[in-house]
Amino acid sequence: MDFVSILSIFVLACFVGYYVVWSVTPALHTPLMAVTNAISSVIVVGALIASAAAGSPLAKWLGLGAVVLASVNIFGGFAVTERMLAMYKKKDKPGAKGGK
Amino acid sequence: MEAHAVNPWVAVAYLVAGVCFILALRGLSSPATSRAGNRYGMFGMAIAVVTTLITHEIASLPEIMGAIAIGGGIGFVIARRIQMTAMPQLVAAFHSLVGLAAVLVAVAAFLNPDAFGILGADGNILNVSRVEMALGAAIGAITFSGSVIAFAKLNGNMSGSPILLPARHVINLGTLVLILALTAMFAVAAHAGPGESPLFWAIVALSFAIGFLLIIPIGGADMPVVVSMLNSYSGWAAAAMGFTLHNTAMIVTGALVGSSGAILSYIMCKAMNRSFISVIAGGFGADAGSAGGGEAREQRPWKRGSSEDAAFLMKEAENVIIIPGYGMAVAQAQHALREMSDLLKEHGVNVKYAIHPVAGRMPGHMNVLLAEASVPYDEVFELEDINSEFAQADVAFIIGANDVVNPAARTDKTSPIYGMPVFDVDKAKTIFFIKRSMGGQGYAGVDNDVFYMDQTMMLLSDAKKMVEEINKSLTD
Repeated sequence: MDFVSILSIFVLACFVGYYVVWSVTPALHTPLMAVTNAISSVIVVGALIASAAAGSPLAKWLGLGAVVLASVNIFGGFAVTERMLAMYKKKDKPGAKGGK
Repeated sequence: MEAHAVNPWVAVAYLVAGVCFILALRGLSSPATSRAGNRYGMFGMAIAVVTTLITHEIASLPEIMGAIAIGGGIGFVIARRIQMTAMPQLVAAFHSLVGLAAVLVAVAAFLNPDAFGILGADGNILNVSRVEMALGAAIGAITFSGSVIAFAKLNGNMSGSPILLPARHVINLGTLVLILALTAMFAVAAHAGPGESPLFWAIVALSFAIGFLLIIPIGGADMPVVVSMLNSYSGWAAAAMGFTLHNTAMIVTGALVGSSGAILSYIMCKAMNRSFISVIAGGFGADAGSAGGGEAREQRPWKRGSSEDAAFLMKEAENVIIIPGYGMAVAQAQHALREMSDLLKEHGVNVKYAIHPVAGRMPGHMNVLLAEASVPYDEVFELEDINSEFAQADVAFIIGANDVVNPAARTDKTSPIYGMPVFDVDKAKTIFFIKRSMGGQGYAGVDNDVFYMDQTMMLLSDAKKMVEEINKSLTD
């Protein structure tokens, strides 16, 4: 992929992010931060490439270190988000109007 | 196979992962769809990891699996054990890990560029990749050191008050300019083979330093903005590494997280009527008491209420609006508070919760705590949705909040919080204000006229103890 196509994806994704995030209800802003935190650990892809490659042993160990850090975030981030989201409940009343 | 896989299916797989992450955020538009969204997020992450593992020759699978198991185990245990009131510190800590991981990946790419497919024919790292790598490392390092300070301040390892260095603006701006200049020099340097250029190390070192310097002057009350801002940075760091690796999943995620954090910072700044620049410049809340009420504050008369007064008046009320703030989180009073509203509902009282966007130490902090105490989310309202209802409210029950109910924000142009949107609690018939003592001030360090109003009764006690006493009176 050339630089311009990558840049296009990036710019369009920024717009998608802008509209998607504005539609997030303020009540869920903390889970939003937790889940964005978890998904930003997709940086683990770079860490895996570094630790998988032969060539530089130092780079490999740095990569493995990054895999550990990113894994803490991935598992911790998704698990804590799940825990938080499970707590949000509506009133039990049947016919109660949908929340925000 | 090299990193820039020609196999189109690999690119498609990363794209699918990116789409899953968009759906994860989209799900958060309502609590009803949010859990499905979170599953999409996990699914996307699994796709990204598995795709990477099966399309690269793995020289060290056991080590990698071990690394994932160690990290995953730690993360899982933390996520299960963490108290909901400690969420802001946890998020700050997690941000620091993303930042550090980004730095490590960038350094690994610098040392072993061949593995990342960014080595040019002349044995030097491609110019454009050098810029991406340097920026990724720089943003990652700033995220790391900034988040460590934010964590220490939120966790109480460090004083929440701003630490002001002399000439800090000059130092900070100078360092930022220097980082950009070094990045430009690194980009056009003649020799930039694997691990060759000292410029790269200088960029990383300066970025770690600037992260510390940027956050230490920022006070506790501005932490919601800082946490959101660091959230944004961790996204941009991931995006920059995505450019280096030509990886769609990383670029899409980075853009999503980056915009998410930026929007949250904007919402927080707006809710405090502060500009982003003034938050970043820091120092807010340092000169407590010099503005606003000043000397006169001790002399003004105020009324002290008791838990029996509160129980009696609220039992007889028709509409009660509860305004929780950071003090509720500190006292862990959310469960007692839920019990109180249950008891009031048994008396036929209509109870609602009003939440200010900057209540607590991070966006949505109060909502999570109320959800933890099983308060249904359709009883919880945002500022603009409920503010008109105070005129009809019999009781405004303020627990651990202060600045967000200060009418000076509407009326006193000299007040540091002038212009901040606040709850119109002064329109309620009766106000109960739980506060530990009359001495303490809000984080903005300004006096609050609500304390001295005719309809206000101060309940001076620990928030949890006071609510429990009210509950006892309600059941008697």
